[in-house]
Amino acid sequence: MTWETVIGLEVHVQLATRSKMFCGCSASFGDPPNTNVCPVCLGLPGALPVPNARAVRLAVRAALALDCSVQEESVFARKNYFYPDLPKGYQISQFDRPLAIRGRLVVESADRGAVAVSIQRLHLEEDAGKLLHDRFPGKTAIDLNRAGMPLAEIVSGPDLRSPAEARSYLTALKQILVYAGVSDCNMEMGSLRVDGNISVRRTGETTLGTKTEIKNLNSFANLERALTAERDRQQALLEKGGRVEQVTLLFNAASGDVRPMRSKEESHDYRYFDDPDLPPLVVGPVALQEIGAELPELPGAKQARLMSAYGLGAYDAGVLVSERPIADYFEAVCRAGADPKSAANWIINEGSPYPEPASLAELIGLVAGGTLSHQAAKRVYPELAPGSAPREVAERLGVLQVRDEAALRRWVDEVIAAHPGEVARYRAGEARLLAFLTGQVMKRSRGSADPKGVQAMLARQLEGS
Amino acid sequence: MSAREVALAVGARLGEADRAGLNATLAWSEAALLAEAERVDALPGQGPLHALPVAIKDNIVTTGLPTTCGSRILEGYRSPFDATVIRRLHAAGAFVACKTNLDEFAMGSSTEHSAFGRVLHPMDHARVPGGSSGGSAALVAAGVVPMALGSETGGSVRQPASFCGVVGVKPTYGRVSRYGLVAFGSSLDCVSVFARTVGDAARLLGVIAGPDPRDATTLSAPPITPHAPVRSLSGTTIGLPREYFPGDLDRGVRAACDAAIARLRELGATIVEVSLPHSALAVPAYYIIAPAEAAANLARFDGARYGARAPAGGDVRALYRATRGAGFGAEVRRRILVGTYVLSAGYYDTYYGHAQAVRRRIAGDFSHAFAGGVDFLFTPTAPTTAFKAGEKTGDPVAMYLADVFVCPASLAGLPAMSLPIGRSEGLPIGGQLIAPPLAEAGMLATAAALERVLDAGAEVR
Repeated sequence: MTWETVIGLEVHVQLATRSKMFCGCSASFGDPPNTNVCPVCLGLPGALPVPNARAVRLAVRAALALDCSVQEESVFARKNYFYPDLPKGYQISQFDRPLAIRGRLVVESADRGAVAVSIQRLHLEEDAGKLLHDRFPGKTAIDLNRAGMPLAEIVSGPDLRSPAEARSYLTALKQILVYAGVSDCNMEMGSLRVDGNISVRRTGETTLGTKTEIKNLNSFANLERALTAERDRQQALLEKGGRVEQVTLLFNAASGDVRPMRSKEESHDYRYFDDPDLPPLVVGPVALQEIGAELPELPGAKQARLMSAYGLGAYDAGVLVSERPIADYFEAVCRAGADPKSAANWIINEGSPYPEPASLAELIGLVAGGTLSHQAAKRVYPELAPGSAPREVAERLGVLQVRDEAALRRWVDEVIAAHPGEVARYRAGEARLLAFLTGQVMKRSRGSADPKGVQAMLARQLEGS
Repeated sequence: MSAREVALAVGARLGEADRAGLNATLAWSEAALLAEAERVDALPGQGPLHALPVAIKDNIVTTGLPTTCGSRILEGYRSPFDATVIRRLHAAGAFVACKTNLDEFAMGSSTEHSAFGRVLHPMDHARVPGGSSGGSAALVAAGVVPMALGSETGGSVRQPASFCGVVGVKPTYGRVSRYGLVAFGSSLDCVSVFARTVGDAARLLGVIAGPDPRDATTLSAPPITPHAPVRSLSGTTIGLPREYFPGDLDRGVRAACDAAIARLRELGATIVEVSLPHSALAVPAYYIIAPAEAAANLARFDGARYGARAPAGGDVRALYRATRGAGFGAEVRRRILVGTYVLSAGYYDTYYGHAQAVRRRIAGDFSHAFAGGVDFLFTPTAPTTAFKAGEKTGDPVAMYLADVFVCPASLAGLPAMSLPIGRSEGLPIGGQLIAPPLAEAGMLATAAALERVLDAGAEVR
């Protein structure tokens, strides 16, 4: 009996604003508890929320990047529940009229190739504060710095078919949001948070099985681990003739298993209603066009362009666009005159820290022109401090290509003398040993010899005498 | 007179009112008054309300005096910021005279639901001053202060203005910032004004009105510029909605209204009868919408961060239960329960959704009347004069019906006001004018014209 897994993700991203969603408090991370607070985010009597226009803009940008249809009028709603990290006793969110609906994100699946995952909705909301259980023995402290931080919640359709696909989706989502400048999507700092909905069904069935929701998925690896654990649990349960109950689960990263939340924690009737403090949020056609215009080139389009404009393969282009600064760097190196394929190779193989674009372009030129061997250039690469010229660094390191006949001759002779066995075998017809001997000369020259010259001279010497 | 002299005089009058047992104030002190006066005397020029003491309903936050909302749960609470209306009063040269008693969280129609005791009607201590802004109304009526701020959610300024024989004006929803007004029913709440004359009320309203970047629901409308005094109302059409003059209307109220209508006609106004058929549903709709919003608005009073906290063992739920159970009075608890119920899963459409639809119908009636050529509507403000204390406390619905004529304009977000139009058995009667959105200036001018020709202190026959 085979099973199909069905997964949808609810992702919260913190929008990259300077101030909070409904007040002017700083949105910076890691400040001492309760220092970025004001009457509004503390929920003091009489305080009122005013939407952060920048947050709205970023959320619209995210919606456009995800091919969503942005609603001209959306509505803030109050989600009511009591919890000490929620100062007003309700969270301002969006409910039946979200900012954007019906988007899609193309995800590369190992099993299914390119898959278009539907985005059901994207809405704006404010974050809650944080409870600190380790500050004071036996007591719980409340830090409201995070209360009122601007979030976009992005809900995918039940379109993912494996934990690995879920991970790919999250990776692609993070990539596109970081590209669009919407969020830094830093999971450690809580600016990217994921809840997973998962069910299984027998292959071929068209109705969805009963789903469970897993909360507290705090890393890409844990997302995959938790979904795998829950998929296995559901399958085992069904195979034994049991039934999946619709519950909310918490993932324990230490033990690797999921456990149900206490029913008290989940049985909420949120009593949503439109927030009377906030008029409907209007994003008109003009604003929409403006925001669309400020959207940068997104990863998919960029990959396609790198392939066509620079003649790169899909893999190389994919690696380069994985992070926008790398792709931008690649293009800067090309603009500085480097051969694109060489530039891609250097960037992908050598990686960070990256030399200045002009330096790398020059380095690539030195190799192409025979001034530096590839091997020598690899030694120069990590030494390229800002402002330093590759040729000077190579000189300092003594790795400039040596074409001086006398010097080459000395190394060649030494190698022939040191390897009589290999020399004899070469002369007996083992032609491939020429490469070995060339390598020995290169080694003796500490990479500075011109390998082509070395090989030619070796061949001459070995045949001549 | 310097502001300091005014402050001392007001302090003396507040002391007298307190000694007389009016129970209209919740907080004031001579020191605070003198501090306010010093600030006013230090102002460079003279603002439009220079050195005028204004009493402030205690659901408007002030840094100088505590803000309790008439509730145990906020006893001793001191706001770290001033409401926008307080800042505007200060900028206009006025000063805060005192904080006034109210029904707890502005929930009530008689100011009997304050945790700090009921407010007495200044003319008959056995009666109520109306509510929920009863303390502000009583202090203006008693001559302690010339003007006061109250707040309206469903008539809480017009109705006590009527009972106490003063002018009460509720602006268009969004005209005055709610920033610093402790929320009750956010889609209805309006800071509103009391004064002894229409002119004073207009001046006070003019100072506090205007858009506020801190309140996203404020309207960017031109300021309320007082019209020149009008002596004639020719060209003005005043509609009398027949639903507001039921057959069982109190005889005194009816007579006072008839007299006022006669004056309006004498001033040249055209009087027409109109119908607002959905107004009868205003009180039931109001008592779904306002509690629903209130249940959410009052959720923040949980004992976790500020205000009273009941001693409670166990988990945080126990803290909430104990704090809220002890901190809120019966009427507030009743409305939180109702509000929670009408929004709960499976009941939303039946109650809240339905009430919102009714609200739109009520507003539609008004739009229809105004579009039909009516400039203002005239009605009684309340069905009766001030009733006796305790008369309705056992019957919430009877209490709610005291607001039957004031609720509709609140639901429609319209400007409306009450002005004294006579007395019955010594007790004041108010007449209500209701205006189209943002037509405060015209409404006030019409009221001023009527005020000039009425003897509001006279007994009606």
